[in-house]
Amino acid sequence: MAAGLDLAAPPSGVATATQRRGGRLRARLRHDPVAAASAAFLALVAMVAALAPVLSPHDPYGIVDRPLAPPGGSTALGTDDVGRDLVSRLIHASRVSLAVGVGAALLTVSIGTLVGSLAGFYGGRADLALSGLINLMLSIPTLPLALVISAFVEIDLPLLILVIGGVSWTGAARIVRAEVLSLREREFVVGGRALGATDRRLVARYILVNALPPIIVAATLQVATAILAESALSYLGYGIQPPVASWGNMLQNAQRYLRTAPALAVYPGLLISLTVVSINFLGDALRDALDPARRGAPDW
Amino acid sequence: MRSYLVRRLLAIIPTLLAVSVAIFLLLHAAPGGPMAVYANNPNVDPEDLKRLEASLGLHDPYPVQYVKWLGAMLTGNWGISYKYARPVGGILGDRLLATVQLVLASLVIASVVAIPVGVLGATTRPVTQRVIGSLSMLGVSIPTFWLGIVVLLIFSVRLRVLPSGGMATIGADFALTDRLWHLVGPAVVLATLEIAGWSRYLRSMLLEAMRQDYIQTARAKGLSEARVILLHALRNALLPLITLLGLQGGRLVGGAMITETVFSWPGMGRLLVESLAARDYPVLMASFMLMAVLVLAGNLAADLTYAVGDPRIRLD
Repeated sequence: MAAGLDLAAPPSGVATATQRRGGRLRARLRHDPVAAASAAFLALVAMVAALAPVLSPHDPYGIVDRPLAPPGGSTALGTDDVGRDLVSRLIHASRVSLAVGVGAALLTVSIGTLVGSLAGFYGGRADLALSGLINLMLSIPTLPLALVISAFVEIDLPLLILVIGGVSWTGAARIVRAEVLSLREREFVVGGRALGATDRRLVARYILVNALPPIIVAATLQVATAILAESALSYLGYGIQPPVASWGNMLQNAQRYLRTAPALAVYPGLLISLTVVSINFLGDALRDALDPARRGAPDW
Repeated sequence: MRSYLVRRLLAIIPTLLAVSVAIFLLLHAAPGGPMAVYANNPNVDPEDLKRLEASLGLHDPYPVQYVKWLGAMLTGNWGISYKYARPVGGILGDRLLATVQLVLASLVIASVVAIPVGVLGATTRPVTQRVIGSLSMLGVSIPTFWLGIVVLLIFSVRLRVLPSGGMATIGADFALTDRLWHLVGPAVVLATLEIAGWSRYLRSMLLEAMRQDYIQTARAKGLSEARVILLHALRNALLPLITLLGLQGGRLVGGAMITETVFSWPGMGRLLVESLAARDYPVLMASFMLMAVLVLAGNLAADLTYAVGDPRIRLD
């Protein structure tokens, strides 16, 4: 089929619908100070992560003072248990959290979309097999499973993204499956099929395009879940390995110095919490803007 | 009802078998294998290691090993822990007991707090609703281990009103007050996430229920708003929450892992972390099977409670 003459093009005015949703999101951000503050904070974190080498006052691996030095002088928040600058390590750790969050969320949504659309579109045995796989995954607690897998491999950043994404796609798969199930018998899909569209084309250009809003919302919220998972695995010692700093593994030793250097325990956790809560608030705003049908009660 | 129960119980069997295969393969595919602890020890003679492996049946093909292991699991012979040199069943029993105490305490706290919070979140002025909503969002966003560390920092290190961890004062005889004193910190931390999640869920269920016709009817009868909400709407909104409780009850056992680690609470989750560090295979495999059984039992219990609580649902 010639690209210029696409008879089986999806019927919904995708571009205008997207613009309308974009407008709704902007309107929502204007009227919702919490969502706007969340977006601003996330933008700040992303900027700090991007400019980490420029912004951090010291080498995150270099010893700048005695261990557990109090704030003052060139170290705004003091030093860690090795004598490294806490601020510089916090700045560099933001890269890890964001990379794991975004990477694992993309992987989660990709696997979930693939599994969910196969199960929902083909139904029958494919659905039975894939739903069985989902139920199997759901009966093993996610965090312990991720923990065991990470413990048995030489874990690094890409592997950690694989592990977290690989154990947490079931939620996305169920959302996509339900969407595909409800869309696949609609007139425009039947119409596309009558025009001779292949299965792949039907799923990609007709069904998933219309299922995008819940997928985008799920992906956003998944970033928060993945950041929490990374920090928990790293805290337990099976995530990002020292000397590389992550907000989670910075808390690993902090509990030992609660008495002498509470700053070590306070700041990494505060940054995780602020980042995750911002993503969740933004995800809620996105849901309201993109997916009005699914919007639950207003204003939460 | 009975035929439904039998069918559900039978349906659990293939799931458990699949879980057991997955866990078996996962742990046996791991680099080093079950003997990694000995293989990495320079004092262990390679000849001895070979003999040990042979005596444990590790030279058998995987399917043979799997069938032997499954048979042993089913007959209650869960092996001897490498780390504690004790039968795995006894260790799991002790640890499960500790976890159940923690989980039950947190479920009680969560129900007592989440229900009023959810009701307030649905019925008060919009401003109050937003504040409650934001707080609950914060509750689901704070990492559990950090919340635990902060609780320790404030209440144990600074104010010195709570212990720094563990299940009992070292050296003291068992006393209920001592146990409860140790339980407060971890139970509240574990409950926080549940409170935040449940109250959000309950609120949306309650708002849904308030839109139904029977609420109009109740109001038209002249009942006070409090009676309408508490006796009519809440009753129907609580039902899905009961399901959620069953679904999470099983999952909490694994989810308590982090809280148990922070507070040195000797439960299942902490056992898992310790066994992983020690590569204690018999304990790891049995723990995972036990957690899967608990999750599936929780799901089943949720469905059954739902059927008992909602007469419209018939299970056959």
